[in-house]
Amino acid sequence: MASIDITDVRKAYGAVKILHGVDLTIQDGEFVVLVGPSGCGKSTLLRMIAGLEDISAGEIKIGGKRVNELDPKDRDIAMVFQSYALYPHMTVAGNMSYSLRLRKTAKEKIAKAISGAAEKLSLTPLMERRPKALSGGQRQRVAMGRAIVRKPKAFLFDEPLSNLDARLREHMRGEIKKLHQDLGATSIYVTHDQIEAMTLADRIVAMNAGIVQQVGSPLDLYDRPANLFVAGFMGSPAMNMFEGVYRVANGGSVELAQGIVVPLAGPASTADGTKVTLGIRPEHVVVGKDLAGGLAAEIDLVEPTGFGTILHSRAFGRDVKAFSLERGLAERGDTVSVSFPVERIHLFDTASGSRIG
Amino acid sequence: MTRPKRLVATVAHRAAILCYVVFALFPLFWLLKVSVTPNDLLYSEGVRLWPSRTVFDHFDFVLRHSDFPLFFRNSMIVSLSTAFIVTILASLGGYAMSRFTFRGKFWIVGLMLLTQMFPLVMLIAPIFKILSPLGLTNSLSGLILVYVAFNVPFATFLMQSFFDGIPKDLEEAAMIDGATRFMAFRQIILPLTLPGMAATLGFVFTAAWSELLFALMLISGVDASTFPVGLLSFVSKFSVDFGQMMAAGVLALIPACLFFFFIQRYLVQGLTAGAVKG
Repeated sequence: MASIDITDVRKAYGAVKILHGVDLTIQDGEFVVLVGPSGCGKSTLLRMIAGLEDISAGEIKIGGKRVNELDPKDRDIAMVFQSYALYPHMTVAGNMSYSLRLRKTAKEKIAKAISGAAEKLSLTPLMERRPKALSGGQRQRVAMGRAIVRKPKAFLFDEPLSNLDARLREHMRGEIKKLHQDLGATSIYVTHDQIEAMTLADRIVAMNAGIVQQVGSPLDLYDRPANLFVAGFMGSPAMNMFEGVYRVANGGSVELAQGIVVPLAGPASTADGTKVTLGIRPEHVVVGKDLAGGLAAEIDLVEPTGFGTILHSRAFGRDVKAFSLERGLAERGDTVSVSFPVERIHLFDTASGSRIG
Repeated sequence: MTRPKRLVATVAHRAAILCYVVFALFPLFWLLKVSVTPNDLLYSEGVRLWPSRTVFDHFDFVLRHSDFPLFFRNSMIVSLSTAFIVTILASLGGYAMSRFTFRGKFWIVGLMLLTQMFPLVMLIAPIFKILSPLGLTNSLSGLILVYVAFNVPFATFLMQSFFDGIPKDLEEAAMIDGATRFMAFRQIILPLTLPGMAATLGFVFTAAWSELLFALMLISGVDASTFPVGLLSFVSKFSVDFGQMMAAGVLALIPACLFFFFIQRYLVQGLTAGAVKG
């Protein structure tokens, strides 16, 4: 196992810049998830760590050793691909033992390693099958097995669950987490699915347009998003965002459309009259009848999820989403009162997107 | 569709296929028929589907008293060498074209396409002129060289399309597992491209086997003649030995048939690979 140090790493294809200088240190044994929309550069970064893409500038160290110039085979890392990339002409055992055979490991050692991994992943009865004869979930497990038999310095996962159906994905997510707890291996996991990121990560690295937006624990990112991008990306249903103007009066408040003024918990570190964006997660929006300080809202869509209810409403000329565990709170066409508890409000500078309170 | 309608459609469909098969195979049948028809019956019986008496004299003559075995051997050498050399070159080239971006790629592809645009007849004189001072006319190696040169571009495009059908992830996985790029190519990609290689081998083999134009122009002596040239030796100034010619033709079909018989297992896979995502 090893730590991974990424220092000012950049990637450009000709004039097109993909990564604009990424700095990141991954501790030994840590599970780090790179998350972001497609095209944000997360997969490129992972492939650069693996050695599948050249590093245009900057430095990557694995276990303290610079690997920029090393071929993938000399970096001692294992990778699980979205497509699984199982060798179709080899059996499960053949797939899992390939890396060890390349290293001329003794036969008994190989047999021991793959039977151990097979047991861990419940693949033992499938060892003589070809990938073609396996289900999606089984293929996924073989890909994991191929990675773990090697005891590499680090595991890289490139959207490994994206090709599975929802139920299996949830199951495999748990397996991956358990496996990490067992092995304690340094892992970097790329996904565009924020639920995967939240559930798996020790630390999340949120990326957008080739720039790291925020690094922190899952709950850090959820509770204190550093900017508008992270606030909007993490959480489903997504956070409500309302543009307005900051007012210093009354210990800090935001003036929204139609002259609506929402009080803040305290003064924000910005000047009176600054354009700001007020964010509040749907589950924090309080919905009721005649709430004190509430805003009138008309419900135009009710989405029951079984687990709770998503209410879409219209207030002060804006769409306001609320999520409630209660059922039957309102019907379509009802007029209700919504309020934004001050301690739940996120405030961002609209121009820079950064968090200011 | 209702049942009788569907029946009619099926019958019409099968009948159309039958028509095509009969049309395509009839010349082969005629080849066989003439090859077993005694000379005295060839013109005296009129048009008959099968002669009243069959003999194997023509085969006997062709095999024992003509130069045909020599032509046959020459053709084998030329076609097999061409097929294997082209397939190896095309595999390497096709892999590079499929996986790498390199300077001048666009122009190389353009040039390769360009070579396919001209009728070969136009090139015979210059090629003769080039090969002659090198001592490569009238030799099997010269013929192999020319065939290889003319088959490599198409074969490379063919192989490229097979490599394109194999996900990049596979060799990337192999490289991460500890293989060099060449090992990944040899151990992972090549085994998966066998159908494609068989298809290429088959195409090039038949092309070389039945090539007449260059063989005729570049080869003048009997020693280095291939069998299509040899077939022409049955045509003399005053007569055509149809029986012997057809017998030679039937014999010449055998290796091509055998070759396809051996590779057909891969060929069917090969021609459909890439059509559907695996």
